[in-house]
Amino acid sequence: MNERQQAVYATVQASLRRRYARERRFRALGLGAVILGLSFVLLLFTDIISKGYSAFVQTYITLPVYFDPQVIDPNEQRDPAQLARADYRQLVRAPLRALFPEVKNRRAKRQLYRLLSTGATYQIRAMVLADPGLIGQTRQIALLADDDVDMITKGHVDQATAEERFGADYRSWLQQLTRQGRLHTRWNIEFFTAGDSREPELAGIGGAMAGSFYTLLVTLLLSCPIGIAAAIYLEEFAPRNRFTDLIEVNINNLAAVPSIVFGLLGLAIFINLFGLPRSAPLVGGLVLTLMTLPTVIIASRAALQAVPPSIREAALGIGASRTQTVFHHVLPLALPGMLTGTIIGMAQALGETAPLLMIGMVAFIVDVPNSPLDPSSALPVQVYLWADSPERAFVERTSAAIMVLLAFLISMNACAVALRRRFERRW
Amino acid sequence: MSVAVLLVILLGLSAFYLGHARAVRTVGGAHSIRRLHSLPAYYGWYLALWVILPAGAVLLLWGLFQETALTAWITASLPAQQQALPAAELGLLINDIRNLAAGNITAGQVTPEIQAAAAQLQQWQQTATLARIAVILALTSLIGSLAWRAIQPEMRARNRVEWIVQALLILSSSIAVLTTVGIVLSVLFESIRFFHKIPITDFLFGLDWSPQTALRSDQVGASGAFGAIPLLAGTLLISGVAMLVAVPIGLMSAIYLSEYAHPRLRQVAKPVLEVLAGVPTVVYGFFAALTLAPLLRGLGESLGLEVASESALAAGLVMGVMIIPFISSLSDDVISAVPQALRDASFGLGATRSETIRQVVLPAALPGIMGGVLLAVSRAIGETMIVVMAAGLSAKLTANPLEAVTTVTVQIVTLLVGDQEFDSAKTLAAFALGLLLFVITLALNIVALKIVRRYREHYE
Repeated sequence: MNERQQAVYATVQASLRRRYARERRFRALGLGAVILGLSFVLLLFTDIISKGYSAFVQTYITLPVYFDPQVIDPNEQRDPAQLARADYRQLVRAPLRALFPEVKNRRAKRQLYRLLSTGATYQIRAMVLADPGLIGQTRQIALLADDDVDMITKGHVDQATAEERFGADYRSWLQQLTRQGRLHTRWNIEFFTAGDSREPELAGIGGAMAGSFYTLLVTLLLSCPIGIAAAIYLEEFAPRNRFTDLIEVNINNLAAVPSIVFGLLGLAIFINLFGLPRSAPLVGGLVLTLMTLPTVIIASRAALQAVPPSIREAALGIGASRTQTVFHHVLPLALPGMLTGTIIGMAQALGETAPLLMIGMVAFIVDVPNSPLDPSSALPVQVYLWADSPERAFVERTSAAIMVLLAFLISMNACAVALRRRFERRW
Repeated sequence: MSVAVLLVILLGLSAFYLGHARAVRTVGGAHSIRRLHSLPAYYGWYLALWVILPAGAVLLLWGLFQETALTAWITASLPAQQQALPAAELGLLINDIRNLAAGNITAGQVTPEIQAAAAQLQQWQQTATLARIAVILALTSLIGSLAWRAIQPEMRARNRVEWIVQALLILSSSIAVLTTVGIVLSVLFESIRFFHKIPITDFLFGLDWSPQTALRSDQVGASGAFGAIPLLAGTLLISGVAMLVAVPIGLMSAIYLSEYAHPRLRQVAKPVLEVLAGVPTVVYGFFAALTLAPLLRGLGESLGLEVASESALAAGLVMGVMIIPFISSLSDDVISAVPQALRDASFGLGATRSETIRQVVLPAALPGIMGGVLLAVSRAIGETMIVVMAAGLSAKLTANPLEAVTTVTVQIVTLLVGDQEFDSAKTLAAFALGLLLFVITLALNIVALKIVRRYREHYE
């Protein structure tokens, strides 16, 4: 190898080293981007779960409650109307006073009573109304604790902050209750059944889940048949003309219109023009139908396209009409794919919040709705409402509500994937 | 409601049965149905469709217009002095009457006139319920008997039924067009009313946004300014931050997953990244407002920077994360669509993988990627929940992402949630913003789709 060749060789070697280094850098950058993306998923989920898992248990204080006949039913009538009106606060306050006899002044007493939620009173009342035989007896009852007690017990508010905010007494009461084994947590079933409330310990997602259920029901009942019918027409019957072109352009554009604009449409047309009730799941369902329709139509068309033409030709060949061909032969084969698309559209509708804000589904509604015409909230809207509340306990509830929402979404998508795997056919 | 629906269903079922039976009877029994033009079931369908469709249409229209009509009548029946009330107060009054009629608690005090109006309304509602059933019965018996007579052996029932089915299919597919028309009309009408109050040039080019209009004319500092520029600037700032996050990460991960990654990694990583697209935006909003914003604030403090607690940065970063899967899956599609021959040619010339990607694959895929990015920008501009929860309300003209800015969508939500008066410029402004949003996103989409389509033709 002469000198000149060696020089060329060295230059090439150096340039190759440079190029390979650049190659490795590029590759590392790509891997880094993927890892970053995946870590965002991980971060989001761990953040939500670590904040929310504790909302699935709730703190209770077990106290000996004496169902004092003097308070509940002084004239021994056992009249339900009278029983419902009695002052049950006294019943839950008495055992607290007995437990902490050293608390004397009024302010301290008021703070002592605040260990229990207002829900504890309703709890006692419900027990008496269900079984008036309790009157005159003493029972150990687990009473719903206040959200501050709940937060301290779960360790979301640390001891020092708690002492600063509520005073040393508060802390010693809690310590005494813990020592006596009166303070404990149990599975929080009310979270899934109760409606909204200003008190975090009483607030649940029952109302929001019912609202979401009715909204999705309306959406499903409308968008599934309309979407499938539209897809059938466009894919199987439509001649190529201006009108069908117009429809196609519209569907593609609607798929990209911001969801809040659909909310404006709902407000202006369904509520102001047609006078449908505000905050009703019916209107929410109508708006979400229009919003999910493009998704359903596009997925259904893809499912129809996947059915091979030989099926159609065979049916037409033995004398079936075009309508018969489509409804008897093509549609059953395309249905699993259409259902997959519909489920994905429903999952999209379940997570949608902005259009529901526009049609007034953000009101503070305590009652669990019983029909699509009752005012109600929806699961994602409940998340939005609670996220605004300053109490620490609502952060926990919001995260828990998000966990429930995500669980629904993930199971719906898993359903769609399973359906696709089960029925997918390669022709 | 349910009685009438049930009635229509029952009528439809019996019509099917009757039509079927009559078809069989006209040819003299089941053994000679060959003389019928169509299968007997088609005659049943024929009659059933002619019963259900008109009745269903009546039901739908009645449901849509009954309440509006009753409200109008009740308003007309009120004393003239109450009719002259401002729209908002009149609305409250009507609400009270409705609540009273439904047996609920009323907000205002109950005067004899309201009592009388409520009783009247209750009576009308009962009459309406009965009238609806009567109209449905009359209509179905009229049309039903005509269709019933038409059932003859030589009638082409199948063709007629198929014709109706076609019409229904066409109707379903035109709903997409109707929706677009509905959107355009609903935002356009209110916007035109808004532009009567505020000149359109003030709206489009005004540098000041403070929609609080004065309750009294002598109030200070509540003049109401409707300049959309600060909102657009805020929207662009947040979308810009989002794009700075989403485009590099999304594009690089698409490149890595389609060109480098082991198929098994690709199989796992792709769906996991897609999860980001399926997470509801309200969840991102919660994350941005309660986790990221305090974190950024603390970080800024330790660096000696002042970060607003509702900074554009927090909202933009989280929005970027939301858009990553959008960019990565769209770019993945266009990168996979680049013919393998181009890569092979480049490898044959001795290029490394990264050189091939940068100098051959990416230029070939560029139009498609651009289209994807434009779609993502339109997504970011129209995104609502993240900015409502994590961005501020004050309309500031700034390019500093550490400050709080507001966006078009945030203002629409703030203006429309809560009390609405449909004659104030404040409420109407929301519709004008909606129109602006619709036009911008529509334009972006059309451009994006055009770019993508032109690119596709290139390789087919």
